[in-house]
Amino acid sequence: MTHRKNEILLTAPTLIWLAVFFVIPSFAMVLVSFRPANADGGIEPGWSLEAWRALGDPDYPVILWRTVWLSVVTTVVCLAIALPVAFLLGRLEGKWRGILLMLVIVPFWTNFVIRVAAWRIILHPEGMVRQALVSLGVIGPDTLLLYNEGAVLMVMIYTHLPFAILPLYAAAERFDYSLLEAARDLGASGFRAVMKIFVPGVSRGLLTAMALVLIPALGSYVIPDLVGGPSDEMIGNKIAQRTLGNRNLPQAATLSLALLVITLIPILVVFFINRKEHAESR
Amino acid sequence: MKSSRLPAIILGLVLVFLYLPIVLLVVNSFNEARYSSTWGGFTLKWYEALLDRQNRDLWDAARRTLFIALSSSGISMILGTLSACALHWYRSRLQQIHYGILYLPIVIPDLLMGISLLLFLVALGVTLGTGTILIAHITFCASFVTVVVLGRLQGFDENVIAAARDLGASKWVIIRRIILPLLAPGIIAGGLLAFTLSVDDYVITFFVTGPGSTTLPLKIYSMVKHSKDLPVINAISTLFLILTFLIVWLSQRLTEHQPNRDSR
Repeated sequence: MTHRKNEILLTAPTLIWLAVFFVIPSFAMVLVSFRPANADGGIEPGWSLEAWRALGDPDYPVILWRTVWLSVVTTVVCLAIALPVAFLLGRLEGKWRGILLMLVIVPFWTNFVIRVAAWRIILHPEGMVRQALVSLGVIGPDTLLLYNEGAVLMVMIYTHLPFAILPLYAAAERFDYSLLEAARDLGASGFRAVMKIFVPGVSRGLLTAMALVLIPALGSYVIPDLVGGPSDEMIGNKIAQRTLGNRNLPQAATLSLALLVITLIPILVVFFINRKEHAESR
Repeated sequence: MKSSRLPAIILGLVLVFLYLPIVLLVVNSFNEARYSSTWGGFTLKWYEALLDRQNRDLWDAARRTLFIALSSSGISMILGTLSACALHWYRSRLQQIHYGILYLPIVIPDLLMGISLLLFLVALGVTLGTGTILIAHITFCASFVTVVVLGRLQGFDENVIAAARDLGASKWVIIRRIILPLLAPGIIAGGLLAFTLSVDDYVITFFVTGPGSTTLPLKIYSMVKHSKDLPVINAISTLFLILTFLIVWLSQRLTEHQPNRDSR
């Protein structure tokens, strides 16, 4: 019986902490979404469907769609860049592999706000990149590099790229590169061999990379806020606005639940595919 | 086999892409010119500006950030170590639930964690401030510390404990003299990871902060958002980068070299 007591002593502190500050708050979100809001931004007692009805506001479908679209494009581009990088890193031997891998990880350690801020400073109208492009005649003197969808996408790709490279590298490291030589000996072109053998070979890594980019991308808030314009808002920006500026907590709750449902899709896809593969491999 | 040069070219471009903003930021922190469009000569004046009286709130924010990071990493080191031991040594229904709940804060977007905690705190009528930031940070750090310590436990030689028990060591002696020293590198590496995550966090802090409780990322964010004192941001960001690199370097040394030494 002392065995069971030890288990509970070890488990209880974190489990109780997470239950109070993570699990219960998640349910509180559902509860708050059915409460009426008052004019000072507080929550009134009683029940109301007001916040849920507000989701019908014609702005929201547009913003939800933009959130999904920007996140999916970010994911696809990150995977497309990460695949050849992982292909190369997985094939390298010894010292170079370590050094290059380190070089990919290091920027990832720098403060997230600083990395986004750095882009804002670089793309700033007075910054050197825009000045250089204007003087080279690539862009007109009135073209802004900031505050548009392109800037949001680029910075999203920038911040999420390491999340795509690392799981793909882990998969490529276990991939047997001699299979590619065999395919080429049998007459397949290099590109075809990579697409037909390497890509399926690292499919688990692709799946993890997809989830690791898509899930945080859907919850983006900082990037559209700092480098996007008013027409590039994502669902995260709306949630932040309903929390601070134009305070309406029940509506922030319904928007967050909408975001939660969307992020659950990739989480569940990965979960079920992993479980299926696990069952098949038995 | 003749291999294509394309992957190497792509890797080169990726590295340029990853480093360009960071390098420009560091270079510009020494740039005399106010805007980064021209090089106006080397200067340390933006670093000197950090010492100005008007930037005292920056140091205030830095001190609060440090306090929150130290406390939350300390507490999550304890929680994470206990959790990792439970997950490693027991296989029960309770541990399955434990595992699931621990993984969720890592998977869920920050934004959702921040907002749900905020709604909960507001519903309870809790005053927002440094205390609530601390609670939020412990909540997401504990999971990460658990994962790191769990990794360390995977290479743990259970025979050592059995041997100590056979030799008559009490439970406390085993914990103090064997388990903790063997796990120490993992616990410290987990703590350093928690420290960097806490110092790095903007989104969750933004939701649960109260009036007057600004942290460094919040402060930098608002300066950037209002395009105020851009060169000063470069300077403080450069100092921030150096600090993070030092911590990461330390934690890398702890996780990479220590296990080899033990296995000999």
